[in-house]
Amino acid sequence: MPHKQQVSTTAGGRVRVGWCAGLTAGVTLAPGAAECSSSILQPAGPVAATERLVLLDALTIMLVIVVPTIIIALAFAWWFRASNRRARHLPDWDYSGQLELLVWSIPALVIFFLGGVIWLGSHTLDPARPLRTAGPRLEVQVVSLDWKWLFIYPSQGIASLNELVVPAGVPLHFTLTSASVMNVFFVPQLGSMIYVMHGMVTQLNLQADRTGEFYGESAQFSGDGFSDMHFVLRAVPAAAFTRWVEATHGGAPRLDRSAYGVLAVQSRNPAPTTWRSIDPDLFQAIVTQQLPPGPGPQSGRGSPAVHPQTRE
Amino acid sequence: MLGKLTWAAIPWDQPIPLLAASFVVLTVLAVLGWALARGYLPYLWREWITSVDHKRIGVMYILLALLMLFRGFIDAVMIRSQQALAFQAPGYLPPEHYDQIFSAHGTIMIFFGAMPFVIGLMNFVVPLQLGVRDVAFPTLNSTSFWLTAAGALLVNVSLVVGEFARTGWLPYPPLSELSYSPGVGVDYYLWALEISGIGTLMTGINFVTTILKTRARGMNYMRMPMFCWTALSSNLLIVAAFPVLAATLAMLLLDRYLGFHFFTNTGGGNAMMFVNLIWAWGHPEVYILVLPAFGVFSEVISTFSRKPLFGYRSMVAATLFICLVSFMVWLHHFFTMGAGAEVNAAFGIATSIIAVGTGVKIYNWIFTMYGGRIRFRTPMLWSIAFIVTFVIGGMTGVLLAVPPADFQLHNSLFLVAHFHNVIIGGVLFGAFAGFIYWFPKAFGFRLDEAWGKAAFWFSISGFYVTFIPLYVAGLLGMTRRLQHYDVAEWRPWMLIAAFGVLLSFCALVAQVVQIVVSIRRREHLRDTTGDPWGGRSLEWATPSPPPTFNFAVLPDVEDAETYWRVKQRAIESQQLAPEPGYQPIEMPRNSPTGFITAFFATITGFALIWHIWWLVIIGLVAAYALFVWFAWRDVSEYVIPVEEVARIDRARRQARSAWLEARARESSA
Amino acid sequence: MSSTGVLRGPPGGDPIDLGPGRDIAPPRGYASGHGRGGPASKRVVVGYGFWIFLLSDIIMFATLFAAYAVLADETAGGPHSQQLFHPGSVAVETACLLFSSFACGMATLAAQRRSQRWTQITLLVTGLLGAAFLLLEVREFASLVERGDGPTRSAFLSAFFTLVGCHGLHVTAGLLWLGTMMAQFFAKGFREDIRRRFLCFGLFWHTLDIIWVAIFNLVYLVGTTPYV
Repeated sequence: MPHKQQVSTTAGGRVRVGWCAGLTAGVTLAPGAAECSSSILQPAGPVAATERLVLLDALTIMLVIVVPTIIIALAFAWWFRASNRRARHLPDWDYSGQLELLVWSIPALVIFFLGGVIWLGSHTLDPARPLRTAGPRLEVQVVSLDWKWLFIYPSQGIASLNELVVPAGVPLHFTLTSASVMNVFFVPQLGSMIYVMHGMVTQLNLQADRTGEFYGESAQFSGDGFSDMHFVLRAVPAAAFTRWVEATHGGAPRLDRSAYGVLAVQSRNPAPTTWRSIDPDLFQAIVTQQLPPGPGPQSGRGSPAVHPQTRE
Repeated sequence: MLGKLTWAAIPWDQPIPLLAASFVVLTVLAVLGWALARGYLPYLWREWITSVDHKRIGVMYILLALLMLFRGFIDAVMIRSQQALAFQAPGYLPPEHYDQIFSAHGTIMIFFGAMPFVIGLMNFVVPLQLGVRDVAFPTLNSTSFWLTAAGALLVNVSLVVGEFARTGWLPYPPLSELSYSPGVGVDYYLWALEISGIGTLMTGINFVTTILKTRARGMNYMRMPMFCWTALSSNLLIVAAFPVLAATLAMLLLDRYLGFHFFTNTGGGNAMMFVNLIWAWGHPEVYILVLPAFGVFSEVISTFSRKPLFGYRSMVAATLFICLVSFMVWLHHFFTMGAGAEVNAAFGIATSIIAVGTGVKIYNWIFTMYGGRIRFRTPMLWSIAFIVTFVIGGMTGVLLAVPPADFQLHNSLFLVAHFHNVIIGGVLFGAFAGFIYWFPKAFGFRLDEAWGKAAFWFSISGFYVTFIPLYVAGLLGMTRRLQHYDVAEWRPWMLIAAFGVLLSFCALVAQVVQIVVSIRRREHLRDTTGDPWGGRSLEWATPSPPPTFNFAVLPDVEDAETYWRVKQRAIESQQLAPEPGYQPIEMPRNSPTGFITAFFATITGFALIWHIWWLVIIGLVAAYALFVWFAWRDVSEYVIPVEEVARIDRARRQARSAWLEARARESSA
Repeated sequence: MSSTGVLRGPPGGDPIDLGPGRDIAPPRGYASGHGRGGPASKRVVVGYGFWIFLLSDIIMFATLFAAYAVLADETAGGPHSQQLFHPGSVAVETACLLFSSFACGMATLAAQRRSQRWTQITLLVTGLLGAAFLLLEVREFASLVERGDGPTRSAFLSAFFTLVGCHGLHVTAGLLWLGTMMAQFFAKGFREDIRRRFLCFGLFWHTLDIIWVAIFNLVYLVGTTPYV
């Protein structure tokens, strides 16, 4: 859906396209703002929807004991105040077998129920578990760099930076890794997050049920440019997706190992870019460390080039 | 010659740290100069710095804690104000600086704010409650304190010379490895924590031995006050968990200094292993913090309800249960690392099971109030607020323990709100309750009630106004540690939270005013008998402040709540027990060992950070020389003559007699 | 500890007398710390505290063992344990350490008998055997580093050097302590507080032996077992 792009200047002085900035600043928990929300309580996919259900179930179970507990705590404190002569005075009462049984068994029962929710929920919503949607999954390989996200579409042979375009209603299968430090891939409205770590591969299954733009971010602090590690997940109709892929094949530059090497250097706020004809082994090469991990800081206060020196 | 250290280490080009550093340095110099000019230094050296008295050491711990809580709070103010301002704007703190601030905030608050506070309370109270004269190893105790102070000093020096870590309060690799954090920041963090970690471990050994092996005659396990039980559990956790921290940080140090490959990206290192090991320490750590606070609440609620603690045995059972299970839940700090459904579910269930133990304790406190005659003094207000606040925080914790929920809330502001909820609502409220409760025992006069209540109400409202918006922001998808953000939805909540911090600042001011006013009005607030609240345990049997030797004659304990029974008997019979037979008392001599050890530890730590290798060698040699010098001591104790003991104790008995008579007159009038 | 409040344990006999069982009324004046007689004697307190310290040290080693187990196969293209370790030299090291523990036990007996000469001799033997152990270990490390298989080669080697090296550092600290103890016995005789410290030293030295047994088994024996 069309929306205004707003351009703002960030700390690095670069121009960055603001996400969902057509919205006026204000309190936005209302359903009407669903398209420009990042709220996990407004799911846009089956994973997030189930997780919201689990959260609300667990909350309800807990509130059933928490609310009465708070009420009796405050009620007893008030009723048994020293000035209240109507209250019973039991100066030596410090044990009751029945109450003991009650106070051990109520939390235990709650935990019993909750345990069921935990067991079932952990299995159903395991990130590596494929979704039940019929049809082939769209494979996306995700690489976190400092400080941007690279999305590789191995079957389509293209790649994209900081912009994840996917067809709505199609199950997505992510395989993820990091080029340098730990990050966490997270699109709040679509569901689970997952760690990305260098030399390791994690998996995630998500799906966008409707078209729209969804906020994506990294949820693990990864350095000075961490705040710029947000990205956009654009869910588009299937036809639009195919058109986007073809357009990329038409005009984008090639992502080979040397282009990747440039990308791996620390930078903030790169503009979203796309590439065509990627090196098919690029992801594997990153994972198996045939390509070295991203280098650390080269300038600024903490870098090797500046005092305090790191190596004598 | 000076390793990596040059003049460029001082932040000449950054106004904010430069200003802060100047302010701190000038204040420290001013205080030192004032003490010097007034001739306080010999007194301070003799009576406090070289003291091995657990009471003095406890007071110094709490003083350190209050200073560091202040520093950590200023960091919090900067974080909240930055996040309030930095919507589609850079804010006033560049990322390089902001990252140090939130890392320092967490590190200082936990290691140098909360830990010293609870350790200080345990130091002061436990030997008194056990009816003994000091802890098992008094000189070791002094060393523990000074090593902790050394760690705090190093962290604060990083503000002035060099920089602090920019990794968050737990330095996950590979970010904390040399290639991604080449500066000295992470090294400051690591050495400060290794040094203070040794101090904390020694405290753990000291208190486990004290509580298990040195108690008054007749005080078996079931007659120990609840605070001593929670102190025991907390110190058992220290002994079991801190070695893991020491080893893990040592591995990271080896990576950084000697090029090892424990957690590096290359050479086969495993960053996930760091996460597992650090949380294997980290989860018991939060119970180390909160269990003594639970103990404080047991004492306070029982005293101010005028009833014995409800369900003593199940409280003990619940405490030990929490102690044990706290080692089995560490994975809940990283459900989203992809361990798989079985593992996630197992740890999620284990985490919920801990809630059973805590729930039992909450109910026992509530039933302690039932049938009581509750006086709403400030410590009791903190306790009631704790019950409500901690239950909410515990609830959000159990929500986060459900892996599918955590899959969307991990590392969000919801998580941040949860752990502040339980740490502030549990540990901080307990620390303040204990501080006000035992202050008269330590200093001989109570704190001003009105300002105490003002501080309480500002604190409570500040807490809720700051952290409820953070819960909401977390549910809106906001992750933690952002230096700036573009999402309009989040902004109003950041603004409300900033206002909450303002309320907390008023609370801080009220606390300071409370102390100043109380010192001014101390004669009016004087505690003449040693038992200002109508206490139930042995520390209230001593005068306020207690003499060096605590008890003229170690008590004979016949049942739980000994002091209460003794007091009731005295009230009934309208007279004190007969005067005991006094004897001379041997007490340990003061020793500068602790202070000098920490002095050389600080120098060695600083030298290691800046790669000044010759200074490291000097520091280590000096440490060994000090060890030998201390071992060569021939006289380790001094004797308090029997006349002195008798004189002090007779004054105490006189005060108690006067109180009995006054009480009798009142009830007959 | 106040002398009025501290009741001394039974003289002579087993220095770490744990006292009568729970059902038997203790003799008058005896304190075990379990609440019956008041705070325990200084020797019991010091010994107990040191045991707690040793337990914490064992946990620290456990962490290093865990790291070793996790990283045992991360050789980064370098040598595995099978290619690195030589059972012969390790056997000699083990024998040195075990015999030094035996000598330390003899020293404990000599100290009990208040024999200055035999205490010094047995302690010297303890120290020499401990130093021999260290020498062999340093040689092993040096030869590995020379070949380029030092701790910076791979995660496995980092873990190996750290685990075994940490034990070696403890042995070194123990030797320094040993030297100090010998000097103290010589200068001050068999004073009560020096004997308490010697009790702690003995515990420390024997614990290092136990940890070495674990290292020997888990690192060297398991490490040199050929892959099935």
